[in-house]
Amino acid sequence: MDLRICHLYGDLMAIYGDRGNVLTLRRRCEWRGIDATVEIVSAGDRLDPERYDLYFFGGGQDAQQDIVADDLQAGNGERLRTAVQAGAAILSVCGGYQLLGHYYRPFEGPELPGLGILDAHTVAGRKRFIGNVLALGEQALVGFENHSGRTYLGPQAQPLATVVNGAGNNGEDGTEGAVQGKAIGTYLHGSLLPKNPWLADRVITWALERRHGAVQLDRLDDAVEDSARDVAMSLARQRR
Amino acid sequence: MLGPRSLVALAAAKATREALRATGRGATTLPGLIALSLDEGVATDLARRLPQGVVVVTGTNGKTTTSRMLADAVRLAGWRPVHNRAGSNLARGVASALVADATWIGEPRADGAIFEVDEASVVAVARLVRPRVMVITNLFRDQLDRYGELDTVTRRMREAVAALPPDATLVLNADDPIVSRLGENATCRVLRFGIDDERTVGVLEQNVSDLTHCPRCRSRLEYRRVVLGHVGDYHCPNCGFARPQPEIAASRVESRTDGTRLVLGAGEGAIVELPLPGVYNAYNALAAIAAAHALGISLDVSVRALASFRPPFGRLEVVEAAGRRLRLVLVKNPAGFNAAVSALLSPDARVHALAALNDLDADGRDVSWIWDADFEALAPAIDWAVVTGLRARDLALRLKYAGVPAERTRVVEGWQPAIRAALERARPGEEVVILATYTATLALRHALSEMGYAKEFWED
Repeated sequence: MDLRICHLYGDLMAIYGDRGNVLTLRRRCEWRGIDATVEIVSAGDRLDPERYDLYFFGGGQDAQQDIVADDLQAGNGERLRTAVQAGAAILSVCGGYQLLGHYYRPFEGPELPGLGILDAHTVAGRKRFIGNVLALGEQALVGFENHSGRTYLGPQAQPLATVVNGAGNNGEDGTEGAVQGKAIGTYLHGSLLPKNPWLADRVITWALERRHGAVQLDRLDDAVEDSARDVAMSLARQRR
Repeated sequence: MLGPRSLVALAAAKATREALRATGRGATTLPGLIALSLDEGVATDLARRLPQGVVVVTGTNGKTTTSRMLADAVRLAGWRPVHNRAGSNLARGVASALVADATWIGEPRADGAIFEVDEASVVAVARLVRPRVMVITNLFRDQLDRYGELDTVTRRMREAVAALPPDATLVLNADDPIVSRLGENATCRVLRFGIDDERTVGVLEQNVSDLTHCPRCRSRLEYRRVVLGHVGDYHCPNCGFARPQPEIAASRVESRTDGTRLVLGAGEGAIVELPLPGVYNAYNALAAIAAAHALGISLDVSVRALASFRPPFGRLEVVEAAGRRLRLVLVKNPAGFNAAVSALLSPDARVHALAALNDLDADGRDVSWIWDADFEALAPAIDWAVVTGLRARDLALRLKYAGVPAERTRVVEGWQPAIRAALERARPGEEVVILATYTATLALRHALSEMGYAKEFWED
């Protein structure tokens, strides 16, 4: 069995530990004998919507994010939308999450259009949310948030988790992240996937379904993952 | 003479310092904080009285080593510089050093100052002390929860450059496009350093870069040669933005595990024998040579100073313990980690590691950075690793995903137990590499001192 992973704009949108997310996807496939390949599709490349089972879309700095937003509007965004509609899975973090929504509204100037893959929109905020996060989804979700954008979900998107400690999507409604079909968005770094292996396995399962049908993943020994997650949970619980 | 308000601030700060020293503490920041809170101008007044002026060294990595190298060179040239040694690199640390140096009536004992300055404090310090020379070593992503994104840090640097007096010299790394570009709009003199040697290329796969596109026109930057991350020989095919030819250049760099040889300039240039490995230390040496040059110190003096350089706290510093050699390497961000690993890895090297990860404010509370650091390059060389610190379990997880077999990694809680575990595991005469974040390095150094193996760091 094989899995084709696309690290979207992996050279531009790879801030703070996004590499750990891609590595986790790859390793957890390898450990199960699934042949995973990772390719970067970046600004100026032409995305082939048929090719990939799983997209990872990370965060970037403002200057890089502008380049990415332009490239998405120039055609790759439409191709990505087609791919997700045809059954590919996508996991997005921070800046990538914001770009998957309908739009980003800055303090001044026009709204920056997003892809609308997630029924969500983001508004610039003054205070930056920085700190460890504990949220409860299907299982506990831990990570580190560092964002000033406030993301609000529409009716089509479900929250990925409910915040226990931290700000989450917007610091107001207690939600963290979004799920819509096989598309996920979240603000959590940390890196996200190494300490939340259940989420890694979820998107791997979704992605394998595209070409291999329903798949039951082998269980892995996650003792090291769990003990790192426990430390992160207790740190988040101390957050004021 | 200082004004009455400055004298009161100075006296209060000096009294604080005496009290802290009497109780055996370092007194590297509190006196300065007190001085600045009573009178902001006291630091400016004290700095102005230094006849040779003030050098500020900033950037993501290499600040401490570069400023130490420069301090050695100016001392050899006969100066008596004041220096903020113990990593107290905020405005209050700078003020503390000035306070410690001055007499009770505000007369400096030193004739000049060399300050390493934290990126977040560089604008405040530049305004406070009116530098004669400012060195920017390099800029990489670092502790995003504390410094913000690299764009933010770069903006801050631009502001600090704009605050320099017109007769100052700005010393920049030509090989770092983000740093080099800071010279474009400078109104003062700009002096650049860099490595011209075409054989100097990164030994690691460059997985994470902080700059892939031209900072001027956003086209993709092209590299003839990458040394580390975005540092190398770059040019933009579209707008002509390119690495400028540095005035202080190494035409040849040969790095061994015990040192580095640099040939300066073209042909039969001066030779620098640096007793420290790593291309990143070659850059530190070039930065120090350039800064010394800006101060009018001859190359001959700089070369001699570098030849007898001893590494500062935690920068490849070696501590003997129970017949084992402990090599302390402070790692704070992915670029610094990768640079250190490049220096440590020879083709057949076997690594015995004590790795310590903390997540206090000074370390960065977000430990995501370890996933950008190239543990994959280190993993095949690791015979065993003891991991410790507040986030030891994140390190164990990182090593697992880097491919280190589970039985080679051991989590040990507590600083002394971790050191003991590493010493027991190593055979006599073997080297243990200690990779640790800032507060973890302090804690390990303190533990080593309690165990009788090393002096407290502020004593050196």
